[in-house]
Amino acid sequence: MPGLAELAQYVASGLVVGGVYALIGLGFVIVYGVTRIINFAQGEFVMLGALCTVSLAARGLPLAVAVPVAVIGVGALGAALERLAIRPLRRAPALVVLIVTIGASIALRGGALIVWGTDPFALQPFSAGPPLSILGAVVVRQGVWVLAVAALVFAGLGFVFARTYAGAAVRACAINQRAARLMGIRVDRVFLGAWALSGALGALAGAVVAPITYASYDMGLMLGLKGFVAAVLGGLASPGGAIAGGFFLGVLESLAAGLISSGYKDAVAFVVLIAFCLVQVAGWLPWRVSTESSG
Amino acid sequence: MHALIAAIVLALVPVLALATGAGAQAPEPYRVGAIFSITGPGSSLGVPERDTALMLEAEVNAKGGVKGPDGRLHPLKLVIYDDASDETKAVLAAKKLIDEDRVAAIVGTTLSGTSLAIVDTVQKAEVPMVSCAAAAKIVEPAAERKWIFKTPQSDALIVGALAEHLKAKGLTRVGWLNVDYAFGQLGWIEFEKAAQKAGLTVVANEKFGQKDVDMTAQLTRVRTATPQAVVVWSIPPSASIATKNYADLGLKPPLFQSHGIGNKRYIELAGPAANGVVFPAGKLLVAEQLADNDPQRGVLLAYARDFEARYGPRNTFGGHAWDAVKLVVGAMEKAGTDRAKLRAAIESTRNFVGITGVFDFSASDHNGLDRRAVVMTEIADGQWRLAR
Repeated sequence: MPGLAELAQYVASGLVVGGVYALIGLGFVIVYGVTRIINFAQGEFVMLGALCTVSLAARGLPLAVAVPVAVIGVGALGAALERLAIRPLRRAPALVVLIVTIGASIALRGGALIVWGTDPFALQPFSAGPPLSILGAVVVRQGVWVLAVAALVFAGLGFVFARTYAGAAVRACAINQRAARLMGIRVDRVFLGAWALSGALGALAGAVVAPITYASYDMGLMLGLKGFVAAVLGGLASPGGAIAGGFFLGVLESLAAGLISSGYKDAVAFVVLIAFCLVQVAGWLPWRVSTESSG
Repeated sequence: MHALIAAIVLALVPVLALATGAGAQAPEPYRVGAIFSITGPGSSLGVPERDTALMLEAEVNAKGGVKGPDGRLHPLKLVIYDDASDETKAVLAAKKLIDEDRVAAIVGTTLSGTSLAIVDTVQKAEVPMVSCAAAAKIVEPAAERKWIFKTPQSDALIVGALAEHLKAKGLTRVGWLNVDYAFGQLGWIEFEKAAQKAGLTVVANEKFGQKDVDMTAQLTRVRTATPQAVVVWSIPPSASIATKNYADLGLKPPLFQSHGIGNKRYIELAGPAANGVVFPAGKLLVAEQLADNDPQRGVLLAYARDFEARYGPRNTFGGHAWDAVKLVVGAMEKAGTDRAKLRAAIESTRNFVGITGVFDFSASDHNGLDRRAVVMTEIADGQWRLAR
């Protein structure tokens, strides 16, 4: 039987990794919630955010400058992707758009391979110092940053969506595009904004996890998939759900690795996803996964 | 009509030119294929291998080429493909090299998994192949793997050195973690055997994925088994993450790793956490500290100097490619491009002083190395040094 200290360590490790998944899952939710598109290039936004931050920091920029620059840059890339690749396909079937996002992810990964090469890069932690000890569990300082950023982003999104005019417009588009348009909301702009925001969020996630995971051109695929699972677990359309899904997945993986066998760790995410989909189809869930297309 | 004749003549011109050109003699190039993991998870190994192969190609051609058994200098032509660390792509690349590029021999691949994947194809086509990957299974049993050779030390050799070292230090309760693909799995199979032979007890056995971002759960599990030493068998970046996690968790037992961390990138990524890590590896990393009478010293220093002048810090993987290319080139000097003769020439190579070790190939040993090819290496202040 594992002791309390070990259990605490599994949960702590799982929460940090879960925070990473949650941040990435949020990017999926924002694009899906508004546009009903699953953006499989989300993981590549994370990768670009991480690599841009590393490169800018290597040029001597302080992190307080490097991170915002990377976030804005990748946000602009998200907007450009929407304008160039997604908008022309507005009337195309969802599957076509999905395939385009997969294509975009392969292209971004290839581009990163050319620019940064294949080696992984290290980034110094945001704050130096030995790891913290909480209830016998060790948490690296960067892990606290991950959790704090996830919390801040969640709070920020909650505020914008609930309290601001722009947030209301986004919610209106998410509920019914046609009605929103009739009410004078510029749906195109909302879509563009959603993509830019998800790019920026992905980059932020990348920058904050890079000191833990290192940054490399092929980091986006696995992280993107795990973030996607987190988003689906949370119902795909709710930011709170994605956050909860991310933490749930991270802790579950960590517990599986610690208590059962580390060989099954990766299988956990995908087994949970399949089980969840079956349960959802059977209609046993207390919450709703949005699948219907609006507009 | 005139147009037709003109077309025929035009079509014939290159053919005629070729025919007379061949008569007037540039000796035909010696074509050697190479498959490396230039992208994908194995890229930190595959890139220096490719760089080394290109460096050797330029070096050979600067001297006019390979002097064949016909006494003439043949330019060396390397045809290099990237298998992206993927088994399927490695097989496709091997087929292309054999069927389309018609190479005399194949150097590579980088990883154990990809090498094992192409063994059947290469054997069936009867093309000599010199792998740069570690697993002993690639060349064993030699009687069946007639066409396959390899230059890195076999897992058994490396792991044996590690087990002896642990035993000598009195560290008999050992916790083990390996990355969950061919390199780590085969390392574990060998370690289990070597540990038994050396009288070590393995108190924990954990795995992690090569793209995992956190191994603290596995390390916590290892800690509960109270080992006297912990061994992590992987390559960067996962090996570096495990090292950092190990330091963050404050684990006290000495940390040992595999020869998979024999590049500076590992130290860069793991930072100060890498200090104190001990691992078995070839002599290249500590070439300057070798005894003056070490047979490899001269070769090692020359390669380290050439490689570092062009590409940056040395690593053992480039050395594996150096050995493989040199081995093939040496055999070509005796046997030309006839694949069967070339194979026999490789197999009869003795006392070949390479980067990885001194090779003595034979019909029963297609690796040709012994225990002298491994030294225990320690990381101190971000540098390699001979472990005491």
